[in-house]
Amino acid sequence: MVKIIFADHSGTEREVDANVGESVMEAAVRNNIPGIDADCGGACACATCHVYVDPEFLAKTGEQEAMEQSMLDFADGVQENSRLSCQISVGAELEGMKVTTPESQH
Amino acid sequence: MSADQKIVIIGAGQAGGQAAVSLRQAGFEGMITIVGDEPAPPYQRPPLSKAYLKGKLDRERLFLKPLQFYEDSNITLKTGVSAQKIDRAAKTVALSDGETIDYDTLIIATGSRPRALPLPGAESSNVFDLRTLSDIDVLKPNVQEGRRLLIVGAGYIGLEAAAAARELGLEVTVLEMADRVLARVTSPVMSEFYQKLHETHGVTIKTGAMLAELQTQDGAVTAGVLKSGDVIPCDLVLVGIGILPNQEIAADAGIACKNGVLVDRDARTNDPSVYAIGDCAHRPLVHYGRDGRLESVHNAIEQGKIVAAHIMDAKRPVEDVPWFWSDQYDVKLQIAGLSQDYDEAVVRGEPTTNSFAVFYFRSGRLISVDAVNAPAEFLTAKRLIAVNADISPELVVDQTKTMKDILAEAMAGQK
Repeated sequence: MVKIIFADHSGTEREVDANVGESVMEAAVRNNIPGIDADCGGACACATCHVYVDPEFLAKTGEQEAMEQSMLDFADGVQENSRLSCQISVGAELEGMKVTTPESQH
Repeated sequence: MSADQKIVIIGAGQAGGQAAVSLRQAGFEGMITIVGDEPAPPYQRPPLSKAYLKGKLDRERLFLKPLQFYEDSNITLKTGVSAQKIDRAAKTVALSDGETIDYDTLIIATGSRPRALPLPGAESSNVFDLRTLSDIDVLKPNVQEGRRLLIVGAGYIGLEAAAAARELGLEVTVLEMADRVLARVTSPVMSEFYQKLHETHGVTIKTGAMLAELQTQDGAVTAGVLKSGDVIPCDLVLVGIGILPNQEIAADAGIACKNGVLVDRDARTNDPSVYAIGDCAHRPLVHYGRDGRLESVHNAIEQGKIVAAHIMDAKRPVEDVPWFWSDQYDVKLQIAGLSQDYDEAVVRGEPTTNSFAVFYFRSGRLISVDAVNAPAEFLTAKRLIAVNADISPELVVDQTKTMKDILAEAMAGQK
């Protein structure tokens, strides 16, 4: 189990136990986190699981593939630390990571 | 909505599951019962013909929510039970386990079923559908390297299965009645691209191929015989020739149906206490000034949210431009909009590079895009169609401009 903290745009935080190997998106959906709809179920096809990653952890979330980059290019409110949470695989190195959901997804 | 209200959802698919989740999110405190004829809780179907078939995704990861969620949310989930009859006067639903349950509000989310192959032998033990988790669980042990797989129907589901089967080392032949693959759903440019893609990966595709007969031995199909006389020996058969809406339970109860259960923008049927959502619903397509049935995840989720909003007297969510995706080999197709009735198609990029997009226009208006490994084209077109933007075919194919430039230019002219 890896602890991930989901914050919404208003600052409300929810802590979940994520399983190693699942995606950050899957952990959010399992735990009913608002603002992460993940309509396509992790196929990198919809950009409804956009999150801002705690900058301290950004490098640990792995490289973005071209598909994710392009999807994010057109997402609302994209920032330097934007990721699609379906493309971040949970591992021990992410223990305590905080991600924030964009206001537009609420 | 008071807390003593009872909502019954018939169908535990993506739409039914979403409706229950959205109702609770919106603060509905009454009873929610989901009745599903499959044994599993609501789950995602798209990975069935892709990652799940290839054994790359565990069963539990298909579930929309873990089982515990339903208990925690006070949602009664009756799986493995089918709804038999709706009595609208008494406001009850009779179930296959003998129980009859009351409703104040009924949501029909019965989905769709595969069209059956109308040939003797189609009931054989080695003929499989690609619709449910059980279908794939039965199919999976038969999908083994070196076996000869005959796929009937070159739609998205058949082609996705062909890709997965090739990756698992089967010999694959795909039969299509029409003169090209994906003929019902897309343009000749796309058909040609996908035919080549599959042939490059070793799939044999036969178009204009009418299956005349299935040869069987000991209750199993051993070959498909075409009208042309060609005989295609096989070890197993997959059927992907379209789906039909499960509307009978609604029609039998006197609810208006026409290729699906007829609903308005709020997903309500002609009975104000009854809604229909997902594959089984025939709904207004607001971006196109007509109505129709959508077989997609987007539609299931959107109508699940719409129905919850209407029941809770909340603002209707904005209807999104219909969208779809298909993964085959390393090629991701993203589709925005509906391309039926297009009168002009233009291609941005070059199909031989495996990254291009086909934009469809009708009467000079952009109505749809098929984007192959081209997410920028997909997302741009989706936004432009949403606002019915005035954009020319010449502009979308202008590769001296990025899709961001094109989006900005078209939106600036919008006002």
